[in-house]
Amino acid sequence: MKTRTQELKAEEYIDSIFKKIRETDGRIHAYVTVVEEMALKKARELDKKIRRGEKVGRLAGVAVAVKDNICISGVRTTCSSKMLENFTSPYDATVVERLNKEDAIIVGKTNMDEFAMGSSTEFSAFGVTRNPYDEDRVPGGSSGGSAAAVASKEATLALGSDTGGSVRCPAAFCSVVGLKPTYGLVSRFGLISYANSLEQIGPITKDIRDCALLLNCIAGHDVNDATSVEKLSEDYTKYLAEVDGIKVGIPKEFFGEGVQDVVAKQVWQALHKLEEANVICEEISWKDLDSALAAYYIIAMAEASSNLARFDGIRYGSGMISGARDWNTVFSKNRSLGFGFEVKRRIILGSYALSAGYYDEYYLKAQKIRTIVRKYLDEAFKRFDVLASPTMPVLPFKIGEKVGNPLEIYTCDILTVPANLAGVPAISIPCGFVEGLPVGLQFIAPHFREDQLFRIAHTFEGLQKSRVS
Amino acid sequence: MVSKRKAISRKEVEHIAWLARIELSKKEEEIFTEQLNRILEYFSKIDRVDTGKVEPTYHVLDLANVFRVDEVKPSSPDAILKEVPNMKDRWIKAPRMA
Repeated sequence: MKTRTQELKAEEYIDSIFKKIRETDGRIHAYVTVVEEMALKKARELDKKIRRGEKVGRLAGVAVAVKDNICISGVRTTCSSKMLENFTSPYDATVVERLNKEDAIIVGKTNMDEFAMGSSTEFSAFGVTRNPYDEDRVPGGSSGGSAAAVASKEATLALGSDTGGSVRCPAAFCSVVGLKPTYGLVSRFGLISYANSLEQIGPITKDIRDCALLLNCIAGHDVNDATSVEKLSEDYTKYLAEVDGIKVGIPKEFFGEGVQDVVAKQVWQALHKLEEANVICEEISWKDLDSALAAYYIIAMAEASSNLARFDGIRYGSGMISGARDWNTVFSKNRSLGFGFEVKRRIILGSYALSAGYYDEYYLKAQKIRTIVRKYLDEAFKRFDVLASPTMPVLPFKIGEKVGNPLEIYTCDILTVPANLAGVPAISIPCGFVEGLPVGLQFIAPHFREDQLFRIAHTFEGLQKSRVS
Repeated sequence: MVSKRKAISRKEVEHIAWLARIELSKKEEEIFTEQLNRILEYFSKIDRVDTGKVEPTYHVLDLANVFRVDEVKPSSPDAILKEVPNMKDRWIKAPRMA
């Protein structure tokens, strides 16, 4: 890294990032909060550290954007919600602590769908983020700000969170790399929870090497996250090697009804290219794919209703001045004022799905379908190393196009939710443009087999580069 | 497997909104009732799937009883209390119960 040798001072580089943000973010609106003073101070200190000959971290001087549902001590953390509009986090998320330990320079908090509920970043309470490839279109969501920031070079690396596709979707729409790690690989401590059994923090980067580097820095057991896993640490950059004879399963329903022809065609072309590199592709079938989407939403909404119950506007967050009203009235009013429509919709549906008389019919049934999804993938992975599909069933759509009909937004997640339900890792990598709009190719691997994802993604990236010359 | 699912009524939406402690206007109740019913109709796809002998998955990892050593570490509530909207001394001011 250039800053390490002081060929480029960290302060200069970070300064140029903020210059880019000033030039770009008025239009793109990737950021909710920008921390220029804090970042420049850190950059100066890092330069001094380097000049003193001290050892520096693996991300020394690199500009990182962090999704606004990840807590940074002393920094406004809003989840793009009015409820937390003026909330300053009193602590650092574990991933942030790890970034700091590696001397990364966090430059700002990125825009998202409110409380991570959405697939387009249109549900942010602070305005929409625009797709850098077509500013009339959405960047995807819910980590739209993070993907847009990397795509428009307003940051070098970014962190997002993925509950039903929220890292992979914007990565696909903004032509960058986005990884959802295996559930339990990355600590969720400090990630403001939407659906705790489904979500993971994941890297959003311009290429696969950066993705491996960033994952190296954030992965690993955390005593503060009881759902994080103790396993031997890996160097994911080791897997950036040519793959030979990897077997890819292609569920034909992932290219079927609901998937735009142009998207399917682009992804098929990408898969054919992989066959040139001795990758074996074979079609398989996955019936009941749409029941997986319904199951996902029932589970996610049910967990959301529980995870968002804490927001009362009384202990922290935004609330009305109470006056003479009673607890329940104030509590209900604060939540009514603080939450947007989509959040309210999901909390109410989630509460319904969990309520007495409906629990078996909805929540319990959905958790059984979850088992079926898990078993299907276990079986498929006996025959194949990875599965492949388009990341999104559609091209990036116009801002405002789908926002009036919730179901239209929900069905965008149909190809990404199975990985969250089963807890397996999945990655989206750019596979070209159609009508000038980015298309993403998704690979899904078994639990803790990120190595396979890196191998095949690196191979594909190599093939892409050799073609575009 | 025909769904015997009833539509969700406006009264039910009102009740659930109360359980979730979210105040809805009458207009919002109306809009939500319509939207929720369309979404629930989509959800009824799950009825098609035979889950007779299937166990539910609540968590994807086989983790159970994750403990840590019970040791006291230093911590201060100052940064946390700075976020309280209404305070009196070190007390959080809250509305009366009823």
